[in-house]
Amino acid sequence: MGLFGRKRGSARSAKERLQLVLIHDRTDISPAVLEALKDDLIQAISRHVAIDPGAVRIGLERDGRSQRLVADIPLKPVARRRG
Amino acid sequence: MAAKVVTITSGKGGVGKTTAVANIAVGLAADGQRVVCIDGDVGLRNLDVVMGLENRIVYDLVDVIEGRCRLRQAMIRDRHLHGLYLIPAAQTRDKSAVSPSDMVRLCDELRAECDWILIDSPAGIERGFRNAIAPADEVIVITNPEVSAVRDADRVIGLLEAEEKGSPSLIINRLNPGMVRRHDMLSVDDVLDLLAVRLVGVVPEDEDVIVSTNRGVPVALDVKSKAGKAFRNIARRLRGEDVPFEDLDGGGFWERLTRLGRK
Ligand SMILES: Nc1ncnc2c1ncn2[C@@H]1O[C@H](COP(=O)(O)OP(=O)(O)OP(=O)(O)O)[C@@H](O)[C@H]1O
Ligand SMILES: [Mg+2]
Repeated sequence: MGLFGRKRGSARSAKERLQLVLIHDRTDISPAVLEALKDDLIQAISRHVAIDPGAVRIGLERDGRSQRLVADIPLKPVARRRG
Repeated sequence: MAAKVVTITSGKGGVGKTTAVANIAVGLAADGQRVVCIDGDVGLRNLDVVMGLENRIVYDLVDVIEGRCRLRQAMIRDRHLHGLYLIPAAQTRDKSAVSPSDMVRLCDELRAECDWILIDSPAGIERGFRNAIAPADEVIVITNPEVSAVRDADRVIGLLEAEEKGSPSLIINRLNPGMVRRHDMLSVDDVLDLLAVRLVGVVPEDEDVIVSTNRGVPVALDVKSKAGKAFRNIARRLRGEDVPFEDLDGGGFWERLTRLGRK
């Protein structure tokens, strides 16, 4: 039961499921490939800047009929030395 | 005068390709256009029964391609509308009897004879689909507002784009306005958001389609039918007319506005 005691319409599930399925159908990038990509990214970036590996998010996004790979990589705050 | 070749395809079977070809053809011919329909579903022909022409078949598509008859001899004249013809598929052969270049050659020969060539594609993404899209100037993908039909439509749209056929346009068929209003069916906006292609028509779920198919009289000839009207509107849009989309969802902005106004 959702808001106002009404069951959530099934159209929303259909749309949400299709959004995910279509991205994977279109790109042929499996969740496993995405995970491997994320690990490589973390390694590469960690060589240059300090990041928190646990906070890195990587995913596929739709933009009309094309897809993009989107990574969100929060930087660790720089420990400033007090002068 | 050269005809425009339009192929209707879908990915998933049974979503309404044959029904759409017959009815859009009727819509065009009723406006005085000369139309030739080609049943591209070799081995599973159906456009003949939907158009009510099954008793008039002498020659078929494969007979033309293999040179057993002239093109004209395989063109069956419609019972209702002047200028509407059907080239039926062969029933006892399979899709390998036809190649994409056969279809291109056939359509090139036909182009001078008419204004529109509508091709009914088989379901799937194999040989029959390749044959049907080879000569197309424009491809229309048809889907139902359901998970598997939309998914398969997306796959076909991707293939068409990869083939450099350009972006196809979309027909959403069998939309049930009541279910959309209850949020239990994908709306037109949902499907467009998912597939991101140009909409050319929305056809409601309508019992008249089954009744008219039983009789072999396409529903577009029935002025009272909602589906018939939707198919006639698609024909007008193909001709370049700017026909507003019927608000079948009942969830559209204007509809909400008029409903408020009525209170
Ligand atoms: N708008 C509609 N309302 C109700 N019934 C419909 C509608 N459109 C199509 N149908 C019915 O759905 C069934 C399938 O339609 P049709 O044969 O046109 O599909 P198709 O895509 O050509 O199938 P196939 O993939 O087997 O060639 C038919 O029984 C038809 O009468
Ligand atoms: Mg069919």
